[in-house]
Amino acid sequence: MRFSIYRYNPGTDAKPYMQEFDIDTTEHNCHMLLDALLAIKDHYDETLTLRRSCREGVCGSDGMNINGKNGLACTTHLSNLKEPVVIRPLPGLPVIRDLTVDMTQFYEQYEKAKPYLQNHNPAPAKERLQSPEEREKLDGLYECILCACCTTSCPSFWWNPDKFMGPAALLQAYRFIVDSRDTEKEARLADLTGPFSLFRCRGIMNCVDVCPKSLNPTKAINHIKELMLEESV
Amino acid sequence: MKVATHTFDSIIIGGGGAGLRAALELGQSGLNVAVISKVFPTRSHTVSAQGGINAALGNAEADDDWRWHMYDTVVGADFLGDQDAIEYMCENAPQTIYELEHMGMPFSRRNDGKIYQRAFGGATRNFGKEQAHRTCCVADRTGHAMLHTLYQQNIAAKTKFFNEWFAVDLVRSGSDIAGVTAISIETGEVVFFKARATILATGGAGRIYQSTTNAHINTGDGFGMTLRAGLPLQDMEFWQFHPTGIYGAGILVTEGVRGEGGYLINKNGERYMERYAPHLKDLSCRDVVSRCSAIEIREGRGCGPKSDHVLLKLDHLSEDIIKARLPGIRELAITFAGVDPTRDPIPVVPTCHYLMGGIPTNIHGQTLNITTDGHDHVVAGLYAAGECACVSVHGANRLGANSLLDLVVFGRASGLHVKQNIAEGHLPFHEPAPTDIETALTRLNRWDTNAKGESVGVIRTELQKIMQDDFGVFRTADHMKEGFIKLEELHDRLQYACIKDKSQCFNTARIEALELDNLMATAIATAYLADARTESRGAHSRYDYPDRDDKNWLKHSLYFNDGRIGFRLVNTHPRLMEPIKLKEREH
Repeated sequence: MRFSIYRYNPGTDAKPYMQEFDIDTTEHNCHMLLDALLAIKDHYDETLTLRRSCREGVCGSDGMNINGKNGLACTTHLSNLKEPVVIRPLPGLPVIRDLTVDMTQFYEQYEKAKPYLQNHNPAPAKERLQSPEEREKLDGLYECILCACCTTSCPSFWWNPDKFMGPAALLQAYRFIVDSRDTEKEARLADLTGPFSLFRCRGIMNCVDVCPKSLNPTKAINHIKELMLEESV
Repeated sequence: MKVATHTFDSIIIGGGGAGLRAALELGQSGLNVAVISKVFPTRSHTVSAQGGINAALGNAEADDDWRWHMYDTVVGADFLGDQDAIEYMCENAPQTIYELEHMGMPFSRRNDGKIYQRAFGGATRNFGKEQAHRTCCVADRTGHAMLHTLYQQNIAAKTKFFNEWFAVDLVRSGSDIAGVTAISIETGEVVFFKARATILATGGAGRIYQSTTNAHINTGDGFGMTLRAGLPLQDMEFWQFHPTGIYGAGILVTEGVRGEGGYLINKNGERYMERYAPHLKDLSCRDVVSRCSAIEIREGRGCGPKSDHVLLKLDHLSEDIIKARLPGIRELAITFAGVDPTRDPIPVVPTCHYLMGGIPTNIHGQTLNITTDGHDHVVAGLYAAGECACVSVHGANRLGANSLLDLVVFGRASGLHVKQNIAEGHLPFHEPAPTDIETALTRLNRWDTNAKGESVGVIRTELQKIMQDDFGVFRTADHMKEGFIKLEELHDRLQYACIKDKSQCFNTARIEALELDNLMATAIATAYLADARTESRGAHSRYDYPDRDDKNWLKHSLYFNDGRIGFRLVNTHPRLMEPIKLKEREH
């Protein structure tokens, strides 16, 4: 199977280039794209650089651009890929080396969402009660794995990565806004006003298209907007 | 080599559940604390835990009691667990869960708004009677939810993180630990992190096996570091094989599937656990279920063209239960087994999952050495918590949903102890000599200078094959001896292996080489102790010694880097409970 992979080591390469690899995926027992990339690293070129950890789609390490679309290498079946398989780093973030990008801006935007429960009432001796219906509101939100596939597929983020929080961070903002145990809903909504943090979302919906966990950040962003309207009424 | 020094009150190596829980305890107290993690914290392996976390909250059965949880844990451990530590863990479990809930962990709920609790393996009421429902969960993504919640709380606490830094070796000062050397993966910068207390929270080492549920990053870094610092590892022969790893892929399928009513069948469609263990059936302890599956396969009742796996059936559960309680499993089965479990059973096989052994510690997380006359001796400045530690709450076999509990209970306990001891002035800095720091960079220099030799990939593949073939679910002296010779030879070859990538920029080849040293150290410790223990107990099953031998082997085994083997007594002195007495387990 033929792969065309983005290569760049700032220490040795004047500029990035694409490198082709032909590998026998059957011989190396590869089913997923990550298997093939690791087979290349183990058997052909150990300098190929990428992040990987769980290899089952829950740690979010191996987000990359696969035949033009962001996704996780470990949950992408080789049998679904057209050749040559063109692999590039996630777009919109600085490349450190090969498929490894600098995620600093992505994490900074995540932190701006204050992604932690705030409840200024004294904690009870046992758990805070939450009905199954209240808890269900967190489904589709808390499962985010911070792989950055969504945010780095978003043109609004490419244009304003320092000001627009991006879909992943906004999904988490909404996750805490709708948590029945959080007492800071108004302050959280107030934090998101202004032209950039949230309102740069133009509803392009690339985020929904690429999310490897089938989450829907656009819907969450729209819910936040609705809540802002309700609150201001 | 001249290296910079960064000084902290405490450094924590590892950003998984145990490390983040310890960091939170220390960070919130205003101490100067840093976490060194080789991956961004939410990429740590805690994220893959699925089924849940045990605590006798009494939400499902109002009279549930932590003493019953303790009993199950002691029996499940085949009596090799330390009863003082198990008591501490089970007694503190409810408080620890409530803390996580207050932090925002999105637990699944019951109709009355309390935390939902499901059935899990080895969990009983009334000291071994009916099945208990004691496992709190977040659907089947409990580890993910826990790890993210802990990381989020650390953001709020403004904890200092050195992400994508790799710890190379502990720095000794005499017999004390002064800190650790570490390398930035992104830049290649090398730093000596000096601390009053170094807390190892480096997780497991499942990658010594060919087939494992463990992440690529589970390479036993804490084990390698501990051994090279001259300190022992304990009970390294006890590797848990999880009954339900996806056939071929090794991906974990939670015991929660069986907790929700799923069961295993052989090629005849027989629910064989009813035959082996009529009382707890499919919710027997993992060592028991894995052995039964291995026997089914060996005796020709396995499934598929090679009769080499069994099937996990859950299509009789309602689609609502699967969607609400096991959504992640459905996703994994579709992706990695090509079956939709709402319609077809999942092909599974016993798969390396968890190491019960590790760095010996007391209940405060302080690491232990033994004196020449066999007494415990606290190693000043070094703590360990989580899977890398052996406190020992899991003994010879861990109960499902006790590992997330172990992480948070003993991550917290380590943090509390460090905090208190710094406040009382008991944790001074230790001053290493420049040669002590150089010693802790020896292997980094070896990999940087070795110019020719075999590749890391070749040696790692052989290592994993040896462990899989000769130190698997069932063991015999013959196989182990053979494996042993191959391992020793491979160990020698490793000293002359080389990496071709000498770049300072995000050099993952170098990190994999440093990890391979740790895998090798872990594998050798496992081989020594597995060969030495001439009995079958918990997850350590031998054809040639099929019975538990309490007369000779009711003791922890220790392995030192120079090949020495030692022993420690099992603690049978809980603080509040009567000691739980030895008895036979079902199978």
